[in-house]
Amino acid sequence: MAKKVLMKGNEAIAEAAIKSGCLYFFGYPITPQTEISEYMAKRMPKVGGLCLQAESEISAINMVMGAAASGTRCLTSSSSPGVSLKSEGISYIVGCDLPCVIVNVQRGGPGLGGIQPSQQDYYQATKANGHGDEQIIVLAPASVQEMAQLTSEAFDLADIYRMPAMILADGALGQMMEPVDFELTSKREIPEKTWATNGTEGKRPKNIINSLYMNPNDLEDSIIARYKRYDEVAEKETKYEEYKCDDADIVIVSYGITARICKTAIAAARAKGIKVGLLRPITLWPYPKKPLLKLADSAKHFLVVELNMGQMVDDVKVATECKKPVSFFGRTGGVIPSPADVLAEIEKIAGGLN
Amino acid sequence: MFENCTHNICIVTGHFGAGKTNFAVNLALREKLSGREVTLVDLDIVNPYFRAADNRAELEAAGVRCILPEFANTNVDIPTLPPEIYSALEVYEKPTDRLTIFDVGGDNGAVALGMYRRFFEEYGYDMLCCVNCYRPLTATASDALESLREIEDCSGMKITGIVNTSNLGDETTTEDILDSLSFADELSELAKVPVVCTAVMSETAEKLSGVKNIYPIRQITKRMY
Repeated sequence: MAKKVLMKGNEAIAEAAIKSGCLYFFGYPITPQTEISEYMAKRMPKVGGLCLQAESEISAINMVMGAAASGTRCLTSSSSPGVSLKSEGISYIVGCDLPCVIVNVQRGGPGLGGIQPSQQDYYQATKANGHGDEQIIVLAPASVQEMAQLTSEAFDLADIYRMPAMILADGALGQMMEPVDFELTSKREIPEKTWATNGTEGKRPKNIINSLYMNPNDLEDSIIARYKRYDEVAEKETKYEEYKCDDADIVIVSYGITARICKTAIAAARAKGIKVGLLRPITLWPYPKKPLLKLADSAKHFLVVELNMGQMVDDVKVATECKKPVSFFGRTGGVIPSPADVLAEIEKIAGGLN
Repeated sequence: MFENCTHNICIVTGHFGAGKTNFAVNLALREKLSGREVTLVDLDIVNPYFRAADNRAELEAAGVRCILPEFANTNVDIPTLPPEIYSALEVYEKPTDRLTIFDVGGDNGAVALGMYRRFFEEYGYDMLCCVNCYRPLTATASDALESLREIEDCSGMKITGIVNTSNLGDETTTEDILDSLSFADELSELAKVPVVCTAVMSETAEKLSGVKNIYPIRQITKRMY
């Protein structure tokens, strides 16, 4: 028998979570991520875990906070409007230094928007998922295999750095089916959770999980300590893929499902003699600033391609220190560009370079 | 003609992601070629994307009548089922002349069949269950049986045939198909339902000439990027 299985992206996230030792799933259904809940409802009872459909997304994220405080691996998932609802809880979880994994299978916004794929929550995920000085790790898979692998990594990163990690996917990745090999997922050493509120058994002082500080100086200290941890994450955990960048005049910066469309466009452009490559951020936070700055020496132009109105453009400008022009191409509201659309944009830029 | 579908109503069900829609679309085009008047009803109330509606142009060009949910592939979360469906349930004098195929949503999506059950029972039907042993929740015959029974419970109807649609997408090998045959037979024994065919991409099917009941299909439903 083949060792791979054929899965929807949403199912791959759920199975990878279970294989990573996730014992609690709290969610609320919303298209296009409902298969995560359905899969968990079927599988969790068989592995001794719990899948609970909460009465709302807000309730689900607060259940995650409680479960995470006990030191148990837990997951919640939703799609764009539902993730907005979770933002208060996410900020509280960050304030409590708790690890958990949050999945956003993005759909069109703003508001109720639509059910088709989008990447319109880039700002929300990387800059403003909740109030206060806070940050979460954001991973952007581009295949069903990566949906599985990055989910496994998200649990490890969350535990190692005591912070939430988000899988920022989109409806296309959630719904599409590809073969997955779960043996490819890696495991890391996880520090003992000495902070967990899992019962003292009279053997240790009690642990308190809290995000409220009576003294502003203590609050400031806690934030500064957290930002030192963020620096460590940025130093050690930045991930990206460089594709045909060595001789590239034009470097496309794109993540997730859009990066796949770009790769098809790159093949077509190279067949026409245009030297174009792709820098695909796998971690959207921490952002791959160093490789982009390096490419700013060799490339002549950066083209950002996303399923939104250009939310990542500023990050590319900052990373490249505005050494080269940065332009944008994208569709939004649930509309997906074709490789031919991206190719036309590449050709337009290439025409200006000569 | 697909000998295993003797009635003029053929209902295609199965666990979601088994390959139902692709099988249903292939069946529709093939039966049309064999001279039957074919109608394909997209009764999928589960999937937001990747549905028979994606193939409307090709189906209609081939002369297959399509009845699709009014809001398929729009932003409406729950596709409503058009009243036109009743027109596809007319009684036909010669079953071999006509075929109406129902492409049903996965798992509990079969609940949508319930409202048409009295017609199905009155006119007679074949109800096929597509199974893919490379899908994790139907990887064993006993798990697949559980899924099959769930479909029967949701619809209140009986599965009459198993279609082995086992595949690993683009990575499917001849060995993967050969390995899946015993799974389908085991399920057939447990469910007391015959395996009506093993649906295989035509390029692979050519290499399986010795295997019985191979139904060659092609990838018609949408692939993304």
